[in-house]
Amino acid sequence: MKRKTTSPRLGLPGLIYLSIPCIAVLAVPFYNRAIPSLFGIPFFYWWQIVWVPLSGFFIYLAWRRVERRS
Amino acid sequence: MHITATIVFVAFFILIALLGFLSARWQRGDLGQLHEWGLGGRRFGSWITWFLIGGDLYTAYTFIAVPALVFGAGALGFFALPYTVLVYPLVFAVLPRLWVIAKHHNFITAADFVAARYDSPALALAIAVTGIVATMPYIALQLVGVEVVIGGLGFPTQGFIGELPLIVAFVVLAAFTYTSGLRAPASIAVVKDLLVYVTVLALIIVVPWKLGGFGKIFAAVPSGHLYLPPIHAGNFGLQSFYFTLALGSALALMLYPHATTAVLSSKGPKTLRRSWIFLPAYSFVLGLIALLGYMAYAAKLPSNPALAPYFHQYGPQFAMPGLLLQYFPGFFVGIGFSAVAIGALVPAAIMSIAAANLFTRNVYRAYIRPNCEAGHETQVAKLASLVVKFGALLFILLLPTHFAIQLQLLGGVLILQTLPAIVSGIYTRWFDPRALLLGWAIALAWAIWAASLTGFQKSGYTLHLFGSTMLGYIGFYALILNFLVAIATTLLLRVSGCHSLVDRTDAAAYQE
Repeated sequence: MKRKTTSPRLGLPGLIYLSIPCIAVLAVPFYNRAIPSLFGIPFFYWWQIVWVPLSGFFIYLAWRRVERRS
Repeated sequence: MHITATIVFVAFFILIALLGFLSARWQRGDLGQLHEWGLGGRRFGSWITWFLIGGDLYTAYTFIAVPALVFGAGALGFFALPYTVLVYPLVFAVLPRLWVIAKHHNFITAADFVAARYDSPALALAIAVTGIVATMPYIALQLVGVEVVIGGLGFPTQGFIGELPLIVAFVVLAAFTYTSGLRAPASIAVVKDLLVYVTVLALIIVVPWKLGGFGKIFAAVPSGHLYLPPIHAGNFGLQSFYFTLALGSALALMLYPHATTAVLSSKGPKTLRRSWIFLPAYSFVLGLIALLGYMAYAAKLPSNPALAPYFHQYGPQFAMPGLLLQYFPGFFVGIGFSAVAIGALVPAAIMSIAAANLFTRNVYRAYIRPNCEAGHETQVAKLASLVVKFGALLFILLLPTHFAIQLQLLGGVLILQTLPAIVSGIYTRWFDPRALLLGWAIALAWAIWAASLTGFQKSGYTLHLFGSTMLGYIGFYALILNFLVAIATTLLLRVSGCHSLVDRTDAAAYQE
């Protein structure tokens, strides 16, 4: 019987790019604090907000990799 | 009553109703085909996909509930942010493959895929019913958002006369979804998102300026409210809950039928991947919206005599509408309230279409009328979308709001249990369908029992493991149980040699 499994296209670097923002926002004990604050916004809040545009950047890196491979 | 705000609100409502009906002509296709009515012909490009997924996932309830949660519960309410950061990397890795497989076989729903992949209509029925049950209270919750802003305009929202604006809004929604299918929410999503961006940017600039900057806003909030309690003597407390809630909710969002519908309606994997680079822009807005909760806190809105009655009636849910009423002129209040109301109609339309697709494909065609022709199938889906919406409307009119909120909370837990069948199926055919069904059933039973311990008020369960105490999201723990049962049972069936290997999907579909 022919194997029906998907061929990997993201590859290890692609998976690493996608994991970085996930790890950053799941490291709860690390960012659950007040300092350093930014424009009066405590660390807990600006750290998580900063990872929103950064996640877009890492998705872009993964996208570029997939585009090149296909 | 706020006259100017009401005029602006009604004007926007008429505009989007017209747009909804006219969308039937846009990218014209044969609306007698289910993939045309229910998936917009799988033709939406990057821009529309961006608007559609954004309009779909960031619902009106989000705008009301997220600031409300931050206002009421503090740091825990901010979990919405890591949750939406996690979603896009996850879907980027998983869903383009599902699109390719679905297009190849003309699958409309994730349950279609499961039915063929595992040759198991029973497993597909379980997936479809879970999807419909999880979606219904979600549609009902959208109405809560509309109700709050109609109340904010100064209309009473009690009694039949009070419910009338809500009923009118819903009848219009039902009518244009019936005629135009997925094209209607796709075009309205563009208007909705523009209104949302304008409103949120204005709020996030004007309110901190009036309150004297972010430093003053955060200083006004007690620090016990601003951070999660520290880990103490092996008790992770809210920190493990924050972690599992964010991750579990992100995985659940990917599996909701309305998310699948929006993803399958795009032109292809390239379109999807490109739109996901830019979709975090919405999450950024969500982060700003969450901070509105603290602004409402710092502005001491509930002690303002003009706003106190609203807070008395709607509680923390009035945080975002309250800020608009406090700091903005009437016409802008109208724009902001329209953003919330239209923001309810877009996801409600997509959700009802998604639930209708599931019913038609995986219940009606699988069990009631197999081999019915395409035109008949589409007609059933259109009628099912009406039934689903009026069911949600009755839900809100007849039952107290907190039922909808509790059921939606439970819905997320339930939908998460479809992950092993759907996501693992995209990658491997190793699991046995009976094992997946057993895992699903045991996980659901455990999750409902665990939720009943809190009287269905909360979604946390305290796990005592290796001397530590971990409060976690019930859906997340149930998912682990689900996988353990499915793996153990598959191993057992494989060892005894009576496992099923039938796969009716085409191997070629897995090579993009």
